Amino acid sequence: MSVTSGSLLRIEGLRVEFDTPQGRVVGVRDASLSIRPGEIVGLVGETGSGKTMVCRSAMRLVPSPGRIAAGSIEFDGRDVLAMSQRRLREFRAHDIGMIFQDPFSSLNPVFRVGQQVSETLRVNLGLGKSEAHARALELLSDVGIRDAERRALSYPHEFSGGMRQRVMIALATASQPRLLLADEPTTALDVTTQAQILALLTRLSRERELAVLLVSHDFGVIAQVCNRVAVMYGGHIVEAGPIDAIYTNAQHPYTRGLLESIPRLESAGKRTRLPMITGDPPDPTDAVAGCVFKLRCRYRQPGCDEISMALEPVSPGHETACPVRPFAAADMPVTGAGARA
Amino acid sequence: MTTIDVLDQPPAPATEIAAPRGRSGLRGLSLQTKVGGGILVAFVVAAVFAPLIAPYGSNELDFVHIYAAPSWSHLFGTDGAGRDVFSRTLYALRLDLGIVLLVTYPPLVLGVFLGALAGYFGGIVDAVIARIVDVMIAFPFMILVIAVIAIVGPGVKGVLIGVPIVAWALYARLARSQMLVLREQSFMLATVALGYSRKRAILRHAVPNLMRSSLIYSTLDMIANLLLLSGLAYLGLGAQPPTAELGSIIADGQSALLNAWWVTTLPGLVVVLFGLGAGLVGDGLSDGRLGGGVP
Repeated sequence: MSVTSGSLLRIEGLRVEFDTPQGRVVGVRDASLSIRPGEIVGLVGETGSGKTMVCRSAMRLVPSPGRIAAGSIEFDGRDVLAMSQRRLREFRAHDIGMIFQDPFSSLNPVFRVGQQVSETLRVNLGLGKSEAHARALELLSDVGIRDAERRALSYPHEFSGGMRQRVMIALATASQPRLLLADEPTTALDVTTQAQILALLTRLSRERELAVLLVSHDFGVIAQVCNRVAVMYGGHIVEAGPIDAIYTNAQHPYTRGLLESIPRLESAGKRTRLPMITGDPPDPTDAVAGCVFKLRCRYRQPGCDEISMALEPVSPGHETACPVRPFAAADMPVTGAGARA
Repeated sequence: MTTIDVLDQPPAPATEIAAPRGRSGLRGLSLQTKVGGGILVAFVVAAVFAPLIAPYGSNELDFVHIYAAPSWSHLFGTDGAGRDVFSRTLYALRLDLGIVLLVTYPPLVLGVFLGALAGYFGGIVDAVIARIVDVMIAFPFMILVIAVIAIVGPGVKGVLIGVPIVAWALYARLARSQMLVLREQSFMLATVALGYSRKRAILRHAVPNLMRSSLIYSTLDMIANLLLLSGLAYLGLGAQPPTAELGSIIADGQSALLNAWWVTTLPGLVVVLFGLGAGLVGDGLSDGRLGGGVP
């Protein structure tokens, strides 16, 4: 057992493989990540980069035919991968919660929302019926459902997307877990609602010392709430660090590309094109030798074919998988910080 | 981050105009469902209280009034033995509805359960259940029922045994295909993420979602079963005389159809009305006014 001082969740060397009829696909390669109690960590990357699989692995919810092929996952010193089915259920019921991208299918359409929240309290915490109901109402008003007593009687289809996501948050945090996995929780919502949901997550995190792993493809979302961020590309974590370090001093060309492609307020009205990352993400069935990003990288060098993709420190807490360091000189600050405003 | 704190407020009430539905589920039902349901409820009440409602016994002979036309003393007239057709129809309804419910709903429960298991677990469980279903559906249904009758002899037993053997398979297939869709929904993943048992996930969270289409189908199934029951009696393979059964009453009156149209026609209309009621309920339910927007 490695020393886990300070971290609540510690993922190391995670590898997720899918055995498909077309051959083996590696969804996540050698990903490492740690989350401290009460911390909000962002996991950003484009579709297919493996971010959802990392997130799901934390509660062993990798969908079939996927499987965790290598690595270790520790939660508060306990080995998640070694848990028996019974232990795993206990763990999911009490220590960790999850919310999903699609608020339209994450609640059971045939039950009233109040019922769904109190069910968790009764099943997972063993509360009595009236006690669970009262607590469910508290939880619902805590996540910002006004007039909870009346609204608890509504069915999910009578709620808007944002309100459903609030209910889902109440449901997932009902048994006071210490870690919440949020897989693209705001992607299906409009921007104002998105800001409200993010603010809610921030507040819950602060009030209950709830750690959050926030998965998103949107750097803007990550920037609003996260303390630290990990950037994924092609199944690898290519850069990780405190949010400020990533924003002001991103070292990986992919991270730079993402940041630069965020529209900025200063360029409003000017007829300038946003920089974009050319090319397509790698096909996960192909094994790429060396750096996974090299085919789309503006700074590619002959040495890129032999890169191990291991993270190397830049500054305390800030690591990158790019040893070329095209931005090492301080004359190239990231220009994409507009999303923070 | 002060800008964010300002935003952490619930949206304006304007976005939540939908008033929560009251405790009574009846208001959410469509007119069709209510009318059809009314017909079915009336039939069930008539069947249950047949001995109290019926003015005469089911086999009470009255040779003075043979083939009497419908009147206030004999609402549906009398048949060739002077028996009151209205009373016989009520008793027949009692027998027929009882059998129809018995051969429709227990197979529905079994079928939905097995279909849910097949769809949820997939793999070997699915393969076994799906193959048995295929065999059952491929089997010529009428021939099976008649074969059972050949073994156990004419009577309602043939239907009671023959129909359930096959009937569950269609519900299982229906439930299985829906479960395949359902298990990909986030709320089914949420049952795992919340640490619920599989039993809870399937029985409490999935099955209520599978029930609707099976209930809709069951209204058609009931009609089919009633017609089968009456049809067999009409052929002389079902309930035996003098048992009051809709099909046998209709068959009895057939020989005197030109002189006494009521003996065949009025019980026949009862069958039609039952079919209409069940059809309306099925149609109304499939309009999506029950529960949420299940795909």
